[in-house]
Amino acid sequence: MSVLNDTIDWLADAASLSGDDSISNRVLEHLGYTVETVAIASVIAIPLGLWIGHTGRFKLIAVGATGAMRALPTLGLLTLIGLYLGIGLTAPLVALVVLAIPPLLAGAYAGIEAVDPQTVDAARSMGFTEWQILTRVEVPLGLAIIVGGIRSAVLQVVATATVAAYVGLGGLGRYLIDGQAVSDYPQMAGGSFLVVVLALILDAVFAGLQALATRNHRPSRHPLTV
Amino acid sequence: MTWVSDNLDLLRELFLRHAWISALSTLIGFAVAVPIGWYAHRHPRLRGISVALVGVLYTIPSLALFVLLPGILGTGILSTVNVIVALSTYAAAVMVRTAVDAFDSVSPPVLDAATASGFSSSQRTLRVELPLAGPVLLAGVRVVSVSTVSMLSVASLIGVANLGSLFTDGFRRDIVDEIVAGIAAIVLLAIVLDVLIVLAGRLLMPWSRVVVGANR
Repeated sequence: MSVLNDTIDWLADAASLSGDDSISNRVLEHLGYTVETVAIASVIAIPLGLWIGHTGRFKLIAVGATGAMRALPTLGLLTLIGLYLGIGLTAPLVALVVLAIPPLLAGAYAGIEAVDPQTVDAARSMGFTEWQILTRVEVPLGLAIIVGGIRSAVLQVVATATVAAYVGLGGLGRYLIDGQAVSDYPQMAGGSFLVVVLALILDAVFAGLQALATRNHRPSRHPLTV
Repeated sequence: MTWVSDNLDLLRELFLRHAWISALSTLIGFAVAVPIGWYAHRHPRLRGISVALVGVLYTIPSLALFVLLPGILGTGILSTVNVIVALSTYAAAVMVRTAVDAFDSVSPPVLDAATASGFSSSQRTLRVELPLAGPVLLAGVRVVSVSTVSMLSVASLIGVANLGSLFTDGFRRDIVDEIVAGIAAIVLLAIVLDVLIVLAGRLLMPWSRVVVGANR
């Protein structure tokens, strides 16, 4: 298994590097892009998804758009936006925000949709305003699904940010793309390994957050039978 | 759009290549996932483990898997085999979950009725359980085929030719038309495969008008 040994050697070497190409710098870059783009996309998509879920308007558009986005190739979007906006960080970051929107929108919408309508009606009959229904009833009850949407978006962005190294983004994808350019397989494999570890850790963190959101607001825990 | 008319042969060649790689990967994924899903459906203990395991598989970013597989399989990095194995793995990962749901959706009294009418257990599985799970399985295949078509394009970054090669080439040579043509061809292929899957479903399951949630 010389490939494995070479990869381990590369990882050991890269770990001792400092500067732009060091593992710590690339991991921080990758995390930075992820936080930045998911945060921007959340500000756009989550309120929109909550509104669609609460009012039930434009439901079909939300569902259809999410389905259609699945067919859209990420690399095509990255290169197209790259050609229009030129070399630099803006193009890949814009593409990442666009790709993070559908899972966030779907999660926010589905979270509200899943809340039992009788619970909402009960809150309304008790005199809750629409805003109170949304913030005190629907969001807490749908939180696990909303967090699930954020989880999908984060994983989507981590994966796509790797691909985006091709159009000039930093982060862990640099090892894959730069290694490919000089046929340095151990560097590519080492970089891929790091991306996989990062994705698994983030997924585990969000799985934990989802479990927390479910535990605090499980609707069936105290069933009221009349 | 002069780029398109000047490169029809290239487009046709890449379209066909893209079509067979994604169709084959979807089929392999389906063939692997259905027995696993069926087994997990019958063994509740394995169910949690298998669903968690396929969840982890699906978390692995595609480009990373495309790069790592040649090292694991010992194939060349430019080999199409890596890409097919990677895409089949993703396809299976998604479909195991759907397959468990599909077999759960079959009503137990129907299975009891089949047993009572003298079906052996293998006959019952193949001729009663599988067809009844069909509509949900079909919905799963539709979702997977679309994402497989789109995911394959990433493999062009490691030098395996497919419609995604139009993106890398168009980006390098600054040809917007080439990238737009690539996106259009991929969306078209996804639609064509989806229509074929729905038609296959109508042929194989004439009793059900196949409209079961395409958005599962």
